[in-house]
Amino acid sequence: MIFIVFLVIMAVILIAAAVYSVVQKDLLYAVLGTGVVSLVLSVFFYLLQAPDVAITEAAIGIALTTIIFIITIRNTTRDEDKYSEDLINRFKPEEDA
Amino acid sequence: MNSFQEVFIRYRELMEIAVYGVAILLILIGLYAVLTKKHLVKVVIGLSIMDAGVNLLFVGVGYITNHTAPIFSPGYEDAADKMVDPVPQALVLTAIVIGFAVTALALSLVIRLYRHHKTANIEQLNSLRW
Repeated sequence: MIFIVFLVIMAVILIAAAVYSVVQKDLLYAVLGTGVVSLVLSVFFYLLQAPDVAITEAAIGIALTTIIFIITIRNTTRDEDKYSEDLINRFKPEEDA
Repeated sequence: MNSFQEVFIRYRELMEIAVYGVAILLILIGLYAVLTKKHLVKVVIGLSIMDAGVNLLFVGVGYITNHTAPIFSPGYEDAADKMVDPVPQALVLTAIVIGFAVTALALSLVIRLYRHHKTANIEQLNSLRW
């Protein structure tokens, strides 16, 4: 019974973190949401009797992926709606495609 | 057998249902992000979520109820018929590393595109239009 409650809580956290990382406008928080997705996913891998996959997912999914995403955000923009740090491009009206 | 024991026996079936449902939901959420978002980093985040969902689905396919992890221990050398399928686990172990490499390549392309076009919006990347 405890196992069922634990499993449901893990599934809800996983889906909620995935939705949060998609709808969040601040890209740094969105990337941290993907880190939470990888963390809960490693717990799922351990429950599915795959401990080696769980270790690899924890190391690569949480640490390395988050680091390279943060490096990318440092080199581009942090706000999703602000596509450019350049002042000329930021206030340029959108042209019709 | 009371109802509590029935639930306790049936919980691993519920675990398979939960794993399949969560994996398909992750794939759909990532697909939504890839198809609708306009920021390049958000598209790569959607790709990463889709990758995680596919990995979870593949490990869930190889899972057998009430079987143990495919690791041989001293004293349990003949326990190969009570283990889960190790082939999807080995493939997923490779797929996680390849997924990280794909994510790193995509993010490096995002940085190059941002430095060249001074924007991270997909709709403002005009150099591939004709």
